Amino acid sequence: MRAIVTVVGNDRVGIIAEVSTLLAQSGVNILDISQTVLQEFFTMVMLVDTAAYSGPFAELAELLETRGRDIAMSIRIQREDIFEAMHRI
Amino acid sequence: MININEILETNDMIDNRHLDIRTITMGISLRDCAGSDAKVVADKIYDKVTKTAANLVKTGGDIEREFGIPIVNKRVSVTPIAMVAESCDTEDYTIFAHALDRAAKEIGVNFIGGFTALVHKGFTVGDTRLIRSIPRALAETERVCASVNVATTRAGINMDAVRMMGEVIKEAADLTSATGGFACAKLVVFANAVEDNPFMAGAFHGVGEPECVINVGVSGPGVVKVALEAAKGQPFDVVADTIKKTAFRVTRMGQLVAREASLRLGVPFGIVDLSLAPTPAEGDSVAEILEEMGLTSVGAHGTTAALALLNDAVKKGGVMASSHVGGLSGAFIPVSEDAGMIRAVQSGILTIEKLEAMTCVCSVGLDMIAVPGDTSAATISAIIADEAAIGVVNNKTTAVRIIPAPNMGVGDVVDFGGLLGTAPVMPVSGGFSDEFIARGGRIPAPLHSLRN
Repeated sequence: MRAIVTVVGNDRVGIIAEVSTLLAQSGVNILDISQTVLQEFFTMVMLVDTAAYSGPFAELAELLETRGRDIAMSIRIQREDIFEAMHRI
Repeated sequence: MININEILETNDMIDNRHLDIRTITMGISLRDCAGSDAKVVADKIYDKVTKTAANLVKTGGDIEREFGIPIVNKRVSVTPIAMVAESCDTEDYTIFAHALDRAAKEIGVNFIGGFTALVHKGFTVGDTRLIRSIPRALAETERVCASVNVATTRAGINMDAVRMMGEVIKEAADLTSATGGFACAKLVVFANAVEDNPFMAGAFHGVGEPECVINVGVSGPGVVKVALEAAKGQPFDVVADTIKKTAFRVTRMGQLVAREASLRLGVPFGIVDLSLAPTPAEGDSVAEILEEMGLTSVGAHGTTAALALLNDAVKKGGVMASSHVGGLSGAFIPVSEDAGMIRAVQSGILTIEKLEAMTCVCSVGLDMIAVPGDTSAATISAIIADEAAIGVVNNKTTAVRIIPAPNMGVGDVVDFGGLLGTAPVMPVSGGFSDEFIARGGRIPAPLHSLRN
């Protein structure tokens, strides 16, 4: 399943490394990355494939959220469909 | 790939502008639950609802989690109970309300709708019994919602039913005087009721509906308001276009969730209801959209025109985004559930008369309005008759959900808590309508040519 991971927080060294390590450990494949700094906040959006993640999606979402809190970042994962529905005809 | 700004915009709508799916409502037919023994029928109703909707709340939660979009309510609507219970050998239908209430608690839905009778042309035995049972049924249960359809454009207005509903509303208020007449907040009197409405308190599973169906209600007044902030001072053409675009996006999301829920539950998808439904939360208000168009307060002159534009643009934008649109589809203006409406009533700018005018151009009608506790049954019936006339003549749904707040007068505030919010008690007209309501009979269906 294709999903979008959004990472938002204060900019510092190593965020991309930490998040991609976390995703790699969960078997989540990163397909595309886009990143910017918005109003001093580091903002990263990743298109990922969760097919190799063995557990339920909700569990993955919770894992990312919890680990995100540990590193003082907001990490959320949502199925890509919602953005397609809202922004593409 | 979707670009980063689109993703951030969507999440901003969810996080900061109250974008949500307001309800996933499962409609369940109870026609196969009929029988002669009331206890057996009540058990059949309980069993069917709990079995059919067993996974509704869990599935809603899963979808919420995966898409990252809040689904505020999961609900159930059922076949009008007057039809299901009619074959029973009992006069008191409260037993069926208890069965529905227990079922709702078991499956974890916050409201279950369908304690309903459709009497626009006249009463069957079951209809009369159901209507008489409404006050107790609503007072003794927590989650059951009742509705009665008293008029249609094709049949006219059943004024006997209108009279009866004034009395029922008073009795329901008296039975729940300790909670500000809370039972009345769960009771809707309709003209031209729709069969696939997912919104409470007026949802029921119509007779033309399939065995089971998923209907979804979207919302998002906050999103529309923020979108309009960017069009400050622009002509109405721009305002209408902005609303259309926003409604399109919101509805696409509703369609996605509806399709997903239907797939996972193995139940056919019915409709998406394109409604702007406010909540008492700040920034989730229909009144504030109208004010954003340039009114200092909702209720000021211009409000009806603003609402007409809003209602029409929401439908135009939403209709292309969904394969099937239905339900009530339009802007809701429930006073107690909208922070902007409450403010306007308290400042004296928004009155019942203005609200009545507003109901000519938007979805539904006089909704969640508290009036003084000493308002007579005849006056309430007359308010219902006026509202029904608007619906019947204009070929649209109208409704009345009114609370004669026991022991309260103008200036007092009734607090229902949660999504139902707080209602400032509003004054009603000083005139009397007793003889008008006492007449009974039917107001004939209106002519539909020679329109002016």
